[in-house]
Amino acid sequence: MSDYNGQAGDGMNWQPGLRESYIFDRNTIEEIRRAASQGIYDIRGFGAKRKLPHFDDLLFLGASMSRYPLEGYRERCDTSVTLGTRFAKKPIELKIPITIAGMSFGALSGQAKEALGRGATMAGTSTTTGDGGMTEEERGHSEILVYQVLPSRYGMNPDDLRRADAIEVVVGQGAKPGGGGMLLGQKISDRVAEMRNLPKGIDQRSACRHPDWTGPDDLEIKIEEIREITDWEKPIYIKIGASRPYYDTQLAVKAGADVIVLDGMQGGTAATQDVFIEHVGLPTLACIREAVEALQEMGMHREVQLIVSGGIRNGADVAKALALGADAVSIGVAAMIALGDNDPAYADDYAKIGSAAGFYDDWHEGKDPAGISTQDPELSKRLDPELGGRRLNNYLRTMTLETQTLARAAGKSDVHNLEPEDLVALTIEAAAMARVPLAGTDWIPGRSKDGF
Amino acid sequence: MTTATDVEVVDLATTPLRELNQRLHDGAAGGPLRWRIVNPNGAHAVAVGVDAPFEIEIEGHTGYYTAGMNKHAHVRVNGNVGVGCGENIMSGTIHITGNASQACAATGRGGLVIVEGDAAARCGISMKGVEIVVKGSIGHMSAFMAQSGALVVCGDAGDSLGDSIYETHIYVRGSVEGLGADCIEKELKEFHREELGRLLTAAGADAKVDEFKRYGSARRLYNFNIDHAGEY
Repeated sequence: MSDYNGQAGDGMNWQPGLRESYIFDRNTIEEIRRAASQGIYDIRGFGAKRKLPHFDDLLFLGASMSRYPLEGYRERCDTSVTLGTRFAKKPIELKIPITIAGMSFGALSGQAKEALGRGATMAGTSTTTGDGGMTEEERGHSEILVYQVLPSRYGMNPDDLRRADAIEVVVGQGAKPGGGGMLLGQKISDRVAEMRNLPKGIDQRSACRHPDWTGPDDLEIKIEEIREITDWEKPIYIKIGASRPYYDTQLAVKAGADVIVLDGMQGGTAATQDVFIEHVGLPTLACIREAVEALQEMGMHREVQLIVSGGIRNGADVAKALALGADAVSIGVAAMIALGDNDPAYADDYAKIGSAAGFYDDWHEGKDPAGISTQDPELSKRLDPELGGRRLNNYLRTMTLETQTLARAAGKSDVHNLEPEDLVALTIEAAAMARVPLAGTDWIPGRSKDGF
Repeated sequence: MTTATDVEVVDLATTPLRELNQRLHDGAAGGPLRWRIVNPNGAHAVAVGVDAPFEIEIEGHTGYYTAGMNKHAHVRVNGNVGVGCGENIMSGTIHITGNASQACAATGRGGLVIVEGDAAARCGISMKGVEIVVKGSIGHMSAFMAQSGALVVCGDAGDSLGDSIYETHIYVRGSVEGLGADCIEKELKEFHREELGRLLTAAGADAKVDEFKRYGSARRLYNFNIDHAGEY
């Protein structure tokens, strides 16, 4: 059975005596056939789908003889977090340690952006613009809005910088560290085209490099400029795709970040080559401790806040990320699913476009039956922003309750008091990456006294 | 009490940059319209984020991002400027009497930027409507992914001019070392002659429209085509 390419032996065509190749399984064969037919790589949305070491490979120990738990439903367990305490005059106060990641208007419908703003605001957290600029729906319905400064600078203007609550300079994205983006022509409506200063209907590429700075020394000056334009009021985030998290974190601190957003390779994207999504970057689990140790060495842990993203699905993932040293997490794909992406109610519509609920990832094509990753007015209408907002709020609240449940069980009165000592790993790989002991042992690979 | 004819002089040798920019931002609500900034000594982010019809004269060389994201103001730099001068300019003018470093007027969305001397690499990169007149020459990769607006070069252009260009109009009087992907020489039509003439006049450039060639997008890369994969 292949972990990455699907399950062998469970298909309709299997017969006794037929043995499927581990490396040439059905998905691999189908991809070779598709490439031979079309002559172009597969582009899709979503994040890495292959099996990777992840938060599921960690367990909390819970309280015991030597640890005192908190009562699960009544005793206080704080979840709030303040972001931007290093330099910003107006840091951001979030009620929960879960934020909504940057997703562009263009990639998403206006209704979806509004729903994200509504849900995040109800839950007391922030949402983030994405490539393509700030929309009125988003600003109007997001009490706390983070404005991204991306290489394309689509829609960039000083007025939106000033009416943002924080600013995120995007250096990289976990799904594609070192890569730019592409919004295909079929999603370029009149409004999207106008916001991006480009003709309607043509592919809009998002550059992989910023136009006016080329390295961390330049970035430091760039951030100074943004602070001057906004009178040093706004927290400035730097978002990096997980590839060299130790050095990138230290360079981001040097460049003047208030907050670092670290996005692992399970992080989603609107449209990127499949080969890029699956084969570039580090799993989220492998980069958190690297970044935290970089901050600790600089005396900046908790002074520069760390937001981790890439494959966060539930309160257990949140709690584990916080225990490893993150201040908050960010969700993108999960937020879309909460709104209604991949909803089985649209099973027939998914089938019509050659997909199925639970598998749909061709977000770049603009045919999303759930009306989320589309600019089609008829499809977009399928998403009720108020209902979507309530669903997102429910989901965020559920994750927060789950996080608190785990924290209380570990005896913590604040979810940020969770620590690596509360965790063990189920696999050697996860133990090495998360730098916590393999369950039932005191062994942290690469960290033992004998160096093993 | 100040009047519109008063000139507010700010000496950056004694005034912190933060104070200067704050006063310029606060001044949009009223106060002097004319500003003179002396002793910039290569400071970065001088007069950034201005949103008022000020006349700002900077006496000396400046560092990165001079007059970044300018709206409405008319800025004149009597000297050279560092990287990203006039980045994302929205409106108004920036007039540089010396040379400009890399990424001059990068991503600019409106307004006019005039460089009396040369501009280095990536001049007008990702420009989105700004008009740029460089009386000297420009470096390589200028007008990379340029979306709209116009770039006028009275001297020569470096390699990979207009790589991955969209709808920007490029006019070059001298030689072009090389054109980037999807950038081609195009006919100088009447519309373009008028546009070029207007910009040369606005910049006070001693050049004639007929001396220029126009470059723009072949539009072959506007929608992904596997047969062009090597050009992306």
